[in-house]
Amino acid sequence: MSGARFRRLLLALVAGALGLASGGAALALGTAPQTLMNPAGPQGLELYKAMIFDIKGIILLWVILAFLLLYVVVRFSDRSHGKELPPQVEGNRNLEIGWSLALIAGLVIFLVHPVKAEFVFENPPEDPNAVEVKVTGHQFWWEVEYPQYGIKTANEIVIPAGTVVLVKTTATDVIHSLGVPRLGGKNDSMPGRVTKIWWKADQPGVYQGQCMQLCGQSHARMYFRVVAKTRDEFDAWVKAMQNPVVKAEGAAAKGQDVFMQKCAACHTIGGTSAAGTVGPNLTNLGLRTSIGGGIRENTPESLTQWIRDPQSLKPGALMPGAEKPAANGYPATAVTQEEVDALVAFLEGLK
Amino acid sequence: MAVIAEKVATPAVRKTRADSGIWGWITSVDHKRVGVLYLAMGILFLVVGGIEALLIRLQLMKPENNIITGGIYNAVLTQHGTVMIFFAATPIIWGIFNYMLPLMIGARDVAFPRLNMFTVWLTLFGGIILNAAWFAGGAADAGWFAYTPLSSSTQFSGIGMDAYLVGVMLAQIGTTLTTINFVVTIFKMRAPGMSVMKMPPMVWKLLGSAALAITAGIPFMVGMLLLMFDRWFGTSFYGPNGGGDVLLWQHLFWLFAHPEVYILALPAFACVDEVLPVMSRKPYFGYTSMVAAVIAISVIAWIVWPHHFYQVGLGAGVNILFATTTKMVSVPTAMFFFNWIATMWGGRIRFNTAMLYSLGFLFLFLVGGLTGLVNASSSTDRQFQNNYWIIGHFHYVAIGGIVFALLAGLVYWYPKMSGRLMNETLGKIGFWTQFIGFNITFFPQFLVGLEGMPRRTYTYVAGQGWELYNLISTVGAFILALGIGIFAINLVGSLFFGKKAPADPWDGHSLEWTIPSPAPAYNFARLALVRGREALWYEKLHGNGKMQAAPEDEGRHGNAVHMPSPSVAPLVTALGLAILGVGGMLRAPLGPIGLLGLLVTIVGILIWVTEDASGYYLAVDKEDEA
Repeated sequence: MSGARFRRLLLALVAGALGLASGGAALALGTAPQTLMNPAGPQGLELYKAMIFDIKGIILLWVILAFLLLYVVVRFSDRSHGKELPPQVEGNRNLEIGWSLALIAGLVIFLVHPVKAEFVFENPPEDPNAVEVKVTGHQFWWEVEYPQYGIKTANEIVIPAGTVVLVKTTATDVIHSLGVPRLGGKNDSMPGRVTKIWWKADQPGVYQGQCMQLCGQSHARMYFRVVAKTRDEFDAWVKAMQNPVVKAEGAAAKGQDVFMQKCAACHTIGGTSAAGTVGPNLTNLGLRTSIGGGIRENTPESLTQWIRDPQSLKPGALMPGAEKPAANGYPATAVTQEEVDALVAFLEGLK
Repeated sequence: MAVIAEKVATPAVRKTRADSGIWGWITSVDHKRVGVLYLAMGILFLVVGGIEALLIRLQLMKPENNIITGGIYNAVLTQHGTVMIFFAATPIIWGIFNYMLPLMIGARDVAFPRLNMFTVWLTLFGGIILNAAWFAGGAADAGWFAYTPLSSSTQFSGIGMDAYLVGVMLAQIGTTLTTINFVVTIFKMRAPGMSVMKMPPMVWKLLGSAALAITAGIPFMVGMLLLMFDRWFGTSFYGPNGGGDVLLWQHLFWLFAHPEVYILALPAFACVDEVLPVMSRKPYFGYTSMVAAVIAISVIAWIVWPHHFYQVGLGAGVNILFATTTKMVSVPTAMFFFNWIATMWGGRIRFNTAMLYSLGFLFLFLVGGLTGLVNASSSTDRQFQNNYWIIGHFHYVAIGGIVFALLAGLVYWYPKMSGRLMNETLGKIGFWTQFIGFNITFFPQFLVGLEGMPRRTYTYVAGQGWELYNLISTVGAFILALGIGIFAINLVGSLFFGKKAPADPWDGHSLEWTIPSPAPAYNFARLALVRGREALWYEKLHGNGKMQAAPEDEGRHGNAVHMPSPSVAPLVTALGLAILGVGGMLRAPLGPIGLLGLLVTIVGILIWVTEDASGYYLAVDKEDEA
């Protein structure tokens, strides 16, 4: 086999292998909790369609141009060892004007879908049952408020599936960004400004979101969840939140005492006299699927770890641990293991 | 020039270069030494930024890793971005072009030699201050984009942020001045016969870049000044509680930072502009449309900045407007691309290391450019903003595009700078290692982006579907680092063991190949008369292969050439500004350190305006004369 043929075969093999690998990778996409490839609502779907159209377009362009480039490189490699001088072409006005015009025309193809998606994104559909939610970013958690129902919660945004959710977002300290990729695009939460976004989940389910603007030490730990329930379940949840009932018996009763003594300055729990507003509102914590802003499932074990040493899970958080003070100097709580167990029993029982 | 010649009626002719030794380097105003200093500084900071990149990749190798977490990680990512852009890429580019620009336009020096050296010191001191924060309480950690209020309030960020402001401000002053110097040099110092439409393609691209750097740098420096006021004097330009607006900074920053992409990319393209025609043994294809495209890109670059923050609620109309202007950038860029392909079309392509880097650039920049078309949309960017897709996109532009093109330029001009050729075998091994490592590192980042991983996160919990991509990416980063290491070994090793380079090793097209390698201190023994667009190539095709001497040569007296005087003023002035900056970094610009800095600056300026800068005459080498 001659050197040139071998090189061509090698190139074809490499191109084929790359094509297969990319194809395989593309098939594997769409399973992650925050994937852009599996939209779960009309707004996300519109962004997805625009994105996929453009991505297909650029893959096509890449294949054409990369092969053109390869062709030129192989076809015009110097076989004369520097002896020959090629024709000295300095340009071709018609060709240059032609491709410039073609480029401008081709650009229009890439404008159509995204412009349509932009209008879908900016204009929520009319929905008389629309639910309004106000989300406020803090370092490093999300305050959630439902002005229609007078409810406050944190880090988990419960919404009814099949209903338009109108979200207003802002922040108190630095800029955060509220993004739930499967429901659609993101909006920044900025101090001194309010921005709007809308979601609609087609099906009940849990949709993970995350802060998407660098906001300090634990930016990476500022997840949250959007929990879409059926309308009936949602209405039941609203009722439970509006009239939280705290039944604390046994260990939980002791936990409540500890809470009032050590935690109530910063946290609110509906149905008790705890009304602190520095940290997240913990009303009906037992109903939530996750803790710590979505970094751990809501289990007694993870709650124990969180109470003992929040800085290990979320460096820079304002919550002090049992032994370590908080990032801003709030002193350690000095809770004993027994007290932690009681606290966990109390908090997990809030539902 | 005429005035100076009168003043020095009987010039003292020095036989050899006067400014030898370390003191010679410090006080030199020779554009070639300025170039070498810039290059050395850029490569040094490239290593610093590269180590930071590897730390980032190590940390992200697996979920909930604990190598660098939280604030330290944020500091590393901030420093990586800041160092790479302001202190690695920028100095390497200004280094190559400070060295090459006068040679390519047939000039003996730049328009403002002392100013030129001043910018080196400013950038160097800026870089030192920025990195010194690591040892003074922690480096900047609000991102290279330094969004307020994270950056503007001392409650959220410490001394590192002050160091960032001082360091980047010094570097920006340097960049503004050096690009002013470029523009004046291009307009005033070209060899006789070189009309603007006969300048090498590279000079046009440098001109576009310099024009952007001068104009776009201003809003950024104003923005940083306001930020300094917020941090040091308690004003509230950016704080919502005091009536400021957090978005103001984003506008001022991106007004500069988007054009910055073209400020860096245009000179990088320029390297490819020079390599491709020479290695294809053809003239550059489509010169006129290239000039139009440079002008177009320099204008459009100014009107795309809001595409960095579609998600702040500007409204559909504004977003669509700027998405459209952003996509328009692809037209001039694609025109460059087609010109490059057409330049090779029908040529006789030689595959040496410089050419391989140029071809690697074409393949990778194609990916970077095309992916940009997707995230240019205001709607789809609501998903991509701050997503790993963007990291993939801009590293394909910044490394695949800018760095590969610059390496092509470095290999290509290395013989002219050092007098020796870089080792071809090692060069090719290094190239392929980098090319493969680069793709393994950054291609998975498109995929992990599509799976929703946000950037600037120091870790991720398991089960997000991101583990495999991150692991592959980390492996790739080390392969890429190995490739860069091989290049560095070649770069340094060839200084000592490389083959001696002839004056014209590549059968070149432009004026720098008419003078000996390495370039003599006076560059051109006789000024050349430019008769064609690619001056030397024209003479090779239509003349006897040698440049004709220009009829008039004001810089030459007898057998000697007029040279600018060495000066210590640039160093003193820059040192003064740096000391003032240290005062600022300690949040007391009007404290004793700051005032000392001001004093030194004034002394520097006094030396500058009062010293004898009439120059001296250097005898031309006998061999060169023939």
